[in-house]
Amino acid sequence: MQRPLSHSVSLIVLALGLLGSAPSFAGKTLDTIKSRGQVVCGVSTGVAGFSATDSNGKWNGLDVDICHAIAAAVLGEGAKVKYVPLNSQVRFTALQSGEVDVLSRNTTFTLTRDASLGLNQTAITYFDGQGFMVPVKSKIKIAKQLKGQTVCVQSGTTTEKNLTDFSKANGLGLKPVVFEKLEAAEGAYFSGRCVAYTTDVSGLASTRNKVAKNPADHIVLPELISKEPLGPMVRRGDDEWFAIVKWVIYGLMEAEEYGITQANVDAMKATNKDPAIGRILGSTEDTGKLLGLDKDWMARAIKATGNYGEIFERNVGPKSVLQLPRGSNNLWNKGGLHYAPPVR
Amino acid sequence: MLHSHTRGPRRAAPKQPVGSWRSPAFRSALIQALAVLVIVILVFMLARTVAGHMQARGIQSGFDFLLGSAGFDIGESLIPFDSLQPYWMAYLVGLTNTLRVAILGIVLASILGTLIGIGRLSKSILLRGVCSVYVEFFRNIPLLLQLLVWYLLFTELLPDSQAPWHTGPFFLSKGGLSFPIPTWSTGLGWDMPVLGEYAVENGGSLTPEFLALLVGLSTYTAAFIAEVVRSGLQSVAAGQSEAAHALGLSRSQTLRKVLLPQALRVIIPPMTSQYLNLTKNSSLAVAIGYPDVVSIANTAINQTGRAVECIALVMLVYLSTSLITSWLMARYEARMALQER
Repeated sequence: MQRPLSHSVSLIVLALGLLGSAPSFAGKTLDTIKSRGQVVCGVSTGVAGFSATDSNGKWNGLDVDICHAIAAAVLGEGAKVKYVPLNSQVRFTALQSGEVDVLSRNTTFTLTRDASLGLNQTAITYFDGQGFMVPVKSKIKIAKQLKGQTVCVQSGTTTEKNLTDFSKANGLGLKPVVFEKLEAAEGAYFSGRCVAYTTDVSGLASTRNKVAKNPADHIVLPELISKEPLGPMVRRGDDEWFAIVKWVIYGLMEAEEYGITQANVDAMKATNKDPAIGRILGSTEDTGKLLGLDKDWMARAIKATGNYGEIFERNVGPKSVLQLPRGSNNLWNKGGLHYAPPVR
Repeated sequence: MLHSHTRGPRRAAPKQPVGSWRSPAFRSALIQALAVLVIVILVFMLARTVAGHMQARGIQSGFDFLLGSAGFDIGESLIPFDSLQPYWMAYLVGLTNTLRVAILGIVLASILGTLIGIGRLSKSILLRGVCSVYVEFFRNIPLLLQLLVWYLLFTELLPDSQAPWHTGPFFLSKGGLSFPIPTWSTGLGWDMPVLGEYAVENGGSLTPEFLALLVGLSTYTAAFIAEVVRSGLQSVAAGQSEAAHALGLSRSQTLRKVLLPQALRVIIPPMTSQYLNLTKNSSLAVAIGYPDVVSIANTAINQTGRAVECIALVMLVYLSTSLITSWLMARYEARMALQER
């Protein structure tokens, strides 16, 4: 009995030791990135349209493009990004411990996460909401019909809690079947273990259009049961880096507002007379200097990924595989919710 | 067996003054005390470093979250649980789910493993072959893979929950196994499962997650237990069975009254580690959606962000269940030990 006990103790000591000796950050994230020559970006392990690898192993998606834009603004080249796929349990720890510089991984902004994890929520890149998907043959048309049914859900997300809140508020007594991996949760739903599958509507579209054998066999119920503002997070305690990530995102939205696209960015920079566009592209005022970058920061970012609208269309928009409508993710002056503060 | 060497006056210990360096008892006590002290200091320093780092990064820590409302539902539970109840209750539900599958798994694996272990020594070539194939098959495929296969079998092959197979009051479908349970509200009654609009309702039920985990853990561990039993039986001197045969005992009597009781002493220690393995392996439940203590901790980590605390709790759970199992088995071993007269 002596041996197993001392073994376990030494294991605990080792485990804690690893945690205790995680690198503490000396100085600024920006300096570290510049000397490393790479932005380290935490992404998902595979959510089509947001962050997923294509057949060549290249990362694609809306969240991935945000990292591209940041790398282009900071390092001059959009390709200088290292992607670290993180599951939902380790994502915050990876950011806290300095393993990644920015967490761009369809992560919901909430009070608990903002106030207690030592992280800062930057800017919202996608307005989402949680919904349900059911097989057409179940004849379920509205969420209330799910009373007493099993619902497949992935663990380690805000999804579980929303499901419980919705079930309780409406007296539905839904039974969650919780899986650690996204693939397992989807698999269980498609095998018929659960009557419904729940996650953010963007995720449902991704599952329905990429994983289902026949997308037409499944419908997304009309109810949205939660608000899910998604966006990148950074570590607390480095306000300069926090500002850079925020303003790259705002800059991409401003670019859309002023009609600057990937195709016309060079021409606009040369010929433009509008002072607002001049500030974004650095042809009149040097806005980059205030962020600790150079004056071409935003021009490079737009050239790397296009403006926010182009990023949306390419990855999740009506012409992409996910076919998501622009809806709330349109700019404020086109009926949506994205209202970027001015680059001024 | 721990203090057997003190029982007989085999060797008179040389007289040494208490507290002398030359007393082996004193030396070993001192070394052990020093080792414990070093470990305590190390753990303390590490805990302080971790707390310091977390504070420096603005990460809130502490176990106070355990008293807060959990806010999530748990799919299956032996004790009534509601999302408004605190986190420690959620942990307790996870713990009971882990213990439920571990205890049932240990019983099933022991029965199956013993039968197969005996079967491997059978005279019949067919039985011996089947048992050998079983052991080699289940022992050499990773458990996670086996669990996924079992779960796939349960969820793919069984009929939809709208159209379950049923014989009498038993229903089997993708929703699990439903069966009547006795109730004592007004005398003895039965809570019968009935077919609802989308699934089987009422009655008692076992989910496919639980069934897949139980079957997977039992069949996997049974392969190891079979080997333990076989080697235990073979360790009994050949003269014992020959003597039993000469006395006119049948093969089954020889097995039950001569071989197994003697083999048991050799079998118990390796059996204990198989029981511990089974309990710890039940943490793979998270892959197939069974809400064991690890699954609950995963959710708690994400809701609260208290990763260090939640992992520490899980470690504590497995450490204490393992220590209790070992302690029980050590007591059983002491009872079974050869009584020297």
